[in-house]
Amino acid sequence: MMDGIEEVTNNLKEARSETVDLSDNSLVVDISDALSEKDKVKFTVHTKTALPEFQKTDFTVVRQHEEFVWLHDRFEENEEYSGYIIPPAPPRPDFDASREKLQKLGEGEGTITKEEYIKMKQELEAEYLATFKKTVAMHEVFLCRLAAHPVFRNDHNFRVFLEYDQDLAVRSKNKMEMFEGFVKSLSHSTDELLLSATVKDVNEFFEQQKNFLIEYHNHLKDATVKADRMTSKHKEVADLYIKISMSLMQLATTDNTDLEKFLTRVAETFEKLRKTEARVASDEDLKLSDTLRYYMRDTFAAKRLLYKRLRCLANYENANRNLEKARSKNRDILAAEAAQQEACDKFEHMSDKGKEELVDFKSRRVSAFRKNLIDLAELEIKHAKAQIQILKSSITSLKNGE
Amino acid sequence: MSHVPPPLVDNDDDLFDKDNENEDLFSSAMDDMNIVKSGVINPLPDLPTLQLSVEKSLASSPVDESTHEDVSVHSPTPTQKYQPPLLIKDSNSTGTDHYIDIRVTDATKLGDGMAAYIVFRVETKTNIPVFRKTFFSVQRRFSDFLGLHEKLVEKYLRLGRIIPPAPEKSVIGMTKIKMSGSNDVSPPTEFLERRRASLERYLQRTAAHPVLNVDQDFREFLTSETDLPKASNTSTLSGAGMLRFFNKIGETVNKITYRMEGYDSWFEEKSQEIENLENGLRKLHSNMECLVLARKELAVYTGALAKTIAMLSNCEEHTLLSRCLAHLTDLEEKTETLHHEQANSDFSTVCEMMKDYIALIGAIKCVFHERVKVYQNCQHSQLMLNKKREYKAKMEFANRTDKVSIAAQEIVEWESKVERCEEEFNSISKMIKKEMERFEAVRVEEFKAVFIRYMEDQLKHQIQLVKFWETFLPEAKAIA
Repeated sequence: MMDGIEEVTNNLKEARSETVDLSDNSLVVDISDALSEKDKVKFTVHTKTALPEFQKTDFTVVRQHEEFVWLHDRFEENEEYSGYIIPPAPPRPDFDASREKLQKLGEGEGTITKEEYIKMKQELEAEYLATFKKTVAMHEVFLCRLAAHPVFRNDHNFRVFLEYDQDLAVRSKNKMEMFEGFVKSLSHSTDELLLSATVKDVNEFFEQQKNFLIEYHNHLKDATVKADRMTSKHKEVADLYIKISMSLMQLATTDNTDLEKFLTRVAETFEKLRKTEARVASDEDLKLSDTLRYYMRDTFAAKRLLYKRLRCLANYENANRNLEKARSKNRDILAAEAAQQEACDKFEHMSDKGKEELVDFKSRRVSAFRKNLIDLAELEIKHAKAQIQILKSSITSLKNGE
Repeated sequence: MSHVPPPLVDNDDDLFDKDNENEDLFSSAMDDMNIVKSGVINPLPDLPTLQLSVEKSLASSPVDESTHEDVSVHSPTPTQKYQPPLLIKDSNSTGTDHYIDIRVTDATKLGDGMAAYIVFRVETKTNIPVFRKTFFSVQRRFSDFLGLHEKLVEKYLRLGRIIPPAPEKSVIGMTKIKMSGSNDVSPPTEFLERRRASLERYLQRTAAHPVLNVDQDFREFLTSETDLPKASNTSTLSGAGMLRFFNKIGETVNKITYRMEGYDSWFEEKSQEIENLENGLRKLHSNMECLVLARKELAVYTGALAKTIAMLSNCEEHTLLSRCLAHLTDLEEKTETLHHEQANSDFSTVCEMMKDYIALIGAIKCVFHERVKVYQNCQHSQLMLNKKREYKAKMEFANRTDKVSIAAQEIVEWESKVERCEEEFNSISKMIKKEMERFEAVRVEEFKAVFIRYMEDQLKHQIQLVKFWETFLPEAKAIA
């Protein structure tokens, strides 16, 4: 199964192309190659640039998933970027489902016919390939969004990530760190809850955005789960066509009436239908589930922005209180004033930026949904029409007894 | 005629009692026929001519089906004997002028609690003259169907006819209905609808058979306005039911262990073919069942997705996108219905037919086994005859004239018995071949019709799917 991976890259180029902003070619990033080794995936990140900050104009580095996460975390932590929606980190490459299925198939090898086994295995390999491509595409999207962003593209860590031709020596988190991360996220969410309860936002835009995003995120999450379940079931239906086609074949070979030919044809029809049915399933996955999934993660990032802003607002209010305290005690007034001023500036700057980002996010989301829904509809029509074609020609030939 | 045949096989024990009973029944039936033939008794005075003619054809079983049809139905040509099954609606008008169209409709629940039962309306349209009228409508309960099957088996299995099997009892399904309390069974539950369909197919299969469709009991079943006498041994847990169950086990053992040597290789080959067919059908059936299940789940999941998309649409702040998502909800809901319909088509078109054929193969096996039993009977009679001859020779040698004359008489008896047995064996073998020929012809037709219909169903659904998405596409494009 893993043998096929090297070939993946050849197909990669076709798989994506829509992610890069073509109007600005000063920094273009793509993943030109990807290699799967055991449980690691190595991405070859290729950069083309006209920016003077880089030493060369065209270079490649090899990066692993953990380094992408590391990069994301650097952006997330950076105070300067707290007014921006940080592009969500790509999801961890997960081929467990495919592996598990393959293993199951291997165990059941004795109970099914050889042809059936081969077909099922091919199906699994195709599935694995699709997952792999998708993983690569997600990583690429992440980098492309950073590269296209007017501020993020100048980030130091990002440049290091793109340029430094050695390992970044990032290891995956160990248990302790995982635990810390968990505690941190827990405190984040409690802090978020606390803030939303204690801090009253004066700005209507943000208040409304917050409510919207929370609800929207939850619905997206729900929809993603449901869409995933649906597409995987659809795939299962398509896979069952293989079995049915096979048992029809078996029935045909033992039959010595003129059903032999007839059933063979029915079996062939099932096999053809299976292929389009599987395509329907994978396109639904690609166009619907993945869009929902991506925006689920993007709304989460937007929520993070709102949280940070609220945090900032709380700090600002704190500074206000400190200033009042200082005034009443008539001590350190200057320092408190400066702190208050700084907090105020920061908050205002952040609000401005945040507003821009959220508006931008909305238009990005709407256009992405539009594009993917149109694609989905067109693909569905195409596949259904293909099915109609198969069925029509098969019915005619079955009726004529050819 | 009072002689009771000795046990069939040496290892006969209590378990096979029922078999012996059948033997008795049968030999007496044969006797009856002889009597009928000689015109002494007419057991059914209400329809004398027909009954006589049917019985005649039974007695001289290898004779063409047309024997009695010559009396009752007007001269079908030999090719018309293989009527396509009436499951295929359009084809019954071709080939023959006679039709019999049976529909099972409206289920009604009668009675209360555990004593509740369902009656179905059975409507028959026919132009076969024996039926005297062209339209009948009667109410029958499930056990009546089983009773009809029992009767037909009793009469025709011996003769080598393949008798379409009645649907199986379902204790669970029925109990659910009994427990449901309310007497309102509309709209019918899935269980009832399936049962209705399978009963209808059962009657149609029987009606498609050129001999069974004019059988006295079958006609009575379709036409008698009054309730049929309650069939005694169709109840699932009755003593007779248990006995039948044991019999079945006994017979299966017998089927496995018994090999007929040196006889007609046609039967050997056919058995093998039937075995292969059954295996193939079973595999296809179980795969189709998986498909039905998966598709139903797919429908449910699609529905669930539709709901969440609806929520998303409600919350979406961009008006056009929200509207488009609402349309997507609508589309997914329609798709859900479509998946459901397709699953039903998977089930009722292909799955149920596979199941019917698996059951029909069971009926074929029964008839094959019947032939084996007749053969064993022959062997036994032959053995007895030889013994008697030996005995006679011994007695002659010993010069015991009194015993010799008794033995001579016995020999004559056994000789006629052997003769009858052989005749019976030949006739059942011939009949089975003919029935198999019909079975194969019907099967080919029916498989073709079913798969074509299945493809047409799918085609219809795909055409709808295209329509759904084509109305959706402009909505997606309208998002600005």
